[in-house]
Amino acid sequence: MIRRVALLPLLAAPAGCGGLQTIGGREGRDAAIINDLFTIFCIVTALFFVAVMAFLFAAYWRRKGHRRDGMPDPLEVPARTGALRIALAVWTGAVVAGLVGLALASYFTDRSLAYPNPGNRPVVSIELIGNQWWWDVRYHFQDPSKNFRTANELHLPAGSPAMVYLKANDVIHSFWVPNLAGKQDLIPGRVNDIVLLPTKVGHYRGQCAEYCGLQHAHMALDVIVDSPQDFARWMESQSRPATTPATPRQIAGYDFFMNRQCSSCHAVAGTRAGAGVGPDLTHLMSRKTIAAGTLPNGTGPLHAWIADPQGVKPGTNMPYIGLNADELHNVVAYLESLK
Amino acid sequence: MSSPFRARAVGMRLFPGEGRGPAVRPVPLGPGLRRGTTLLALLLALPACDREQRDMAGQPKAETKSFVTSGDPRSAEYENNAFHIAQGQKWYGWFNCSGCHFHGGGGMGPPLMDEQWIYGGRMEDIVASILYGRPNGMPDWHDKITEQQAWELAAYVKSLSAQPRQDALSARADEMSNSEPQTLQGRKKVVPENMAPPGSEDR
Repeated sequence: MIRRVALLPLLAAPAGCGGLQTIGGREGRDAAIINDLFTIFCIVTALFFVAVMAFLFAAYWRRKGHRRDGMPDPLEVPARTGALRIALAVWTGAVVAGLVGLALASYFTDRSLAYPNPGNRPVVSIELIGNQWWWDVRYHFQDPSKNFRTANELHLPAGSPAMVYLKANDVIHSFWVPNLAGKQDLIPGRVNDIVLLPTKVGHYRGQCAEYCGLQHAHMALDVIVDSPQDFARWMESQSRPATTPATPRQIAGYDFFMNRQCSSCHAVAGTRAGAGVGPDLTHLMSRKTIAAGTLPNGTGPLHAWIADPQGVKPGTNMPYIGLNADELHNVVAYLESLK
Repeated sequence: MSSPFRARAVGMRLFPGEGRGPAVRPVPLGPGLRRGTTLLALLLALPACDREQRDMAGQPKAETKSFVTSGDPRSAEYENNAFHIAQGQKWYGWFNCSGCHFHGGGGMGPPLMDEQWIYGGRMEDIVASILYGRPNGMPDWHDKITEQQAWELAAYVKSLSAQPRQDALSARADEMSNSEPQTLQGRKKVVPENMAPPGSEDR
């Protein structure tokens, strides 16, 4: 019974595969290639494991030369039959072939990963900056007036390669969207890069994969792979400046935002707020989550987050400001107008 | 246990087999001494306990809008705390203090790493300078940062002249720097009363 219970987690483990964030994903070119290699390794090593076990058990059952007390007789040498000699040759050949095969598979995988953009297709250029504990995302274009900034959400067009330049502001982080590609570190003071080539439209999840402090677990990244048309539409909407506040509440919230603590860290394109140390809020409501995947985006979570960030995500750099109820409602009303 | 002779005898016991010293009957380490040693070790460890004390997950710190007065209990709390000094160093970069004061050497604003304090060098004075501004260019920050951040900034500014406890100072500068880490810099005299006479604030 106990043994059967111990098996339960093993049975449950495959359930973790598939979905937002899985190492078995094949939605990106790199991930698919690495998965193929993994499958080849699994099959080959499994075959050899079965063969070794078969030989072991065969040898055990066919053992010869027992003494009366059950111990093997060291003087008795079993006759080498022709069949055994052939088997040994075949086995040696199989080991050599298997190792060479795995080495070749590994080599070709490595080569195809080294040339991520074989056709030299146009790439989307993205700068991804790791911070404690959120992702600063900057899209760069030939025409710099189209550049824009967002946070904790990466949009990629399906079928075109995206060049992601990885930087860090404070400590080492690691960028990992298992459905799309392997890991790459973000290191302060240097620029790493990784090319993503997503093949399937969908919503995936990235996660910081290098322990980076207290809220390392709450450093997630929504990765949304759009069709090229949807991506163009999203890009167009993101490069627009923020909407102007309309209702009295929104205007009061705007005033607070611009004149008080908020604008010391956050930026809203098209306004006076242009600080670069906190997430850009220009199109906050277009994002799925807030605080790097800690809370879903929405009225309630926004209230909770602004009222007491340290209660939601202890240690975060967003400070407790001490807003009164009116100020809180105003600020949230303004933020909710940032579509 | 406190007599010097007894202590020497214990010392002998620690180096047996030397044979050169006078014949001393080995004194076994009594339970009292052993307890004393443990207590001493604990006492020595104690000062290190509060150097990184932080309060983030607990009760949110309320903003008090009172004017910072001298003898504020927060001054000791922030000044000798490694976490707050490190946070202050971060805010210093974030809120662009280096735009005027550079990395302590001064530029458009006065230098912060010397022992000259135009408006006083106590924590309360520095916090007041940050929160409410000073004539000749220092802007007021009380609406732009939280009070806690101002205290942390003050703790960092004080650490630039190596005044807080040595074990709370940062051994690593976040910005590019060719100066020695603060832990290796000498301590500087604090003369809080040494306020510049009126008219000498022309820097």
